[in-house]
Amino acid sequence: MTPLIEFKEVSKIYHMGDSVVIAANKISMRIYKGEFVAIVGQSGSGKSTCMNIIGCLDVPTEGQYLLDGRDVGGMNKNELAEIRNEMLGFIFQQYNLLPKLNLLENVMIPLMYAGVPVHERKQRAMDALESVGLGDKYAHKPTQLSGGQQQRVSIARALVGLPSVILADEPTGALDSHTGREVLNILQGLHSQGNTVVLITHDNSIAATAQRIIRLEDGCVVYDGPSTDPRAFVHAGRPVAEVPGEGGAAT
Amino acid sequence: MKLYESLKMAFANIWASKMRSFLTMLGIIIGIAAVMVIVGLGNGMENYMTASFESMGTNTLSVDITGRGSSRTVSVDEMYKLVDDNPNDLSLISPLVSMNATVKIGSDTADTTGVTGVSEDYLTIKDYSASSGRGIQYVDVLKRKKVCVIGSYVDKTYFDGSGLGQTLKINGEQFTVVGVLKAEADSEESSTDDAIYIPYSTAARMSYTGTISSYVLTVPNVDKATEGKTIVEDALYKIFQDDNFYRVISMAEMLDTMTKMLNVMIAVLAAIAAISLVVGGIGIMNIMLVSVSERTREIGIRKALGAKERWIKSQFVIEAAVTSAIGGVLGILDGYLLSSIATLIVTQAMNVDMTVVPSGAAVLMAFGISVGIGVLFGYLPAKKAAQLNPIDALRYE
Repeated sequence: MTPLIEFKEVSKIYHMGDSVVIAANKISMRIYKGEFVAIVGQSGSGKSTCMNIIGCLDVPTEGQYLLDGRDVGGMNKNELAEIRNEMLGFIFQQYNLLPKLNLLENVMIPLMYAGVPVHERKQRAMDALESVGLGDKYAHKPTQLSGGQQQRVSIARALVGLPSVILADEPTGALDSHTGREVLNILQGLHSQGNTVVLITHDNSIAATAQRIIRLEDGCVVYDGPSTDPRAFVHAGRPVAEVPGEGGAAT
Repeated sequence: MKLYESLKMAFANIWASKMRSFLTMLGIIIGIAAVMVIVGLGNGMENYMTASFESMGTNTLSVDITGRGSSRTVSVDEMYKLVDDNPNDLSLISPLVSMNATVKIGSDTADTTGVTGVSEDYLTIKDYSASSGRGIQYVDVLKRKKVCVIGSYVDKTYFDGSGLGQTLKINGEQFTVVGVLKAEADSEESSTDDAIYIPYSTAARMSYTGTISSYVLTVPNVDKATEGKTIVEDALYKIFQDDNFYRVISMAEMLDTMTKMLNVMIAVLAAIAAISLVVGGIGIMNIMLVSVSERTREIGIRKALGAKERWIKSQFVIEAAVTSAIGGVLGILDGYLLSSIATLIVTQAMNVDMTVVPSGAAVLMAFGISVGIGVLFGYLPAKKAAQLNPIDALRYE
């Protein structure tokens, strides 16, 4: 079976003046369809770089990134935009809804860029909003909603284009523990419906929601395995303070 | 993504910041309105000038002979012969003898009334017609009769409208009114209606001038004006051997020259007004750059969700063009308003019958230019927006 996401020794190197920053150092990994994977790491571990590359917002400096068997490295900006539109659903920490548009219009954006006819667009966006329990608020502006509700709208927006991968970047980062848990439950629900979910976080307790953990440190993969294994939560050779499963979703 | 969606988004964004959009448009509004009023004024002036010249007759040639003493001169017969010899290029002629005369009508003195000696063709040349009675006739000229044709002002003012058949005194000599002319101007004092015409032969004798130095001629049609003028000039040059002793003026040529001058003047003025359009365009560019900065995050989000560069670019270009086009439409409306005000001022305050009319072509061009300015000055900010790196744009606070 072809992996949905395959990194073959992917490196990302930034040149900042004279200094060279290696944000990702020969990372290799495979994520298959239907998996729920958390990419975990402290800041500076390279997880944001990984997320940008997986999300086709950036391309590797070295190595290959195959998305559903297609090499993304050689694509131009337009092709990357198409791939993002068709295959990826983004959920951001700051929700990133457009404040001037109402909820329905926000959810419709990916469909608009995909060229879906207006009528079908509205119907699908409405369905997506209903699936996150906000169908009755479709005419509201994002600012009229709570953080948790806004994040649910952004999940609806990520889902509406029926993407191959749902990419959640610190989705609970701006939420309190209770609403954070709600969002994680939705992600788990999406996974159980057969979606591929990639969660990027620095927080072990949140990462524990996933089936599988890929831990990054200094641009390298230091652990890749099931979230049930205690070694998944070992940071730099010693167990991390937080114990998965206990306590709420941290801020 | 279809054009109407981009337009809808552009309108929504413009509407979302009404005040700013309006101020941005102001340069375009003022520029378009100014250009329209100036072009309208030009059109009005040209129409007014053409109308005035046509009332004087664009098919006429004026000949003034300054002569040099009495040694060499042109006689009336020579001038008539010239017209007879060139029937294709010249048609009618009337000598003109302006008299410095005292006109007495009953006990009144008509100070403002001009007395001119003319031929039997003069009324035809000027396209005047008699409302009652007749014009000057060949017999009157031949016999130096003391008859006159009076303008409507003279008739109204001194004869209460029943001047036909009455008499008046010019320099003490009694003349019989044989005709009254239709009102040509406004029947006011000193207008063309405040005039008395007598046979030129009579006038010449009364003025003690042996030679007549002014003539008015006509050409068969306006196109012949230049040929007719050349023929008269050539004939006069043969006689005088010096072109300083006569002057031939073609009304058509004068109108042509004046129209050309006017057009140059209008073009210069319009170009100055158009500078404001460029300034307006720069204003649009400036505000679009601000808008791109403000919406950096939005651009990042849209790009992450699959917007291609050209979509972002066209969105901003369309927004600039729509802003500018709305400014253009407002400017056109303003232009019409100001044109009517200008017409009112010119007709009421300056008492000149002139309409300030922006031509349809000018309006269309103004609109086209305003859209063009939007596209031109919106392009740079739009390109900047399109080339934003989505990662940086998403991180932008």
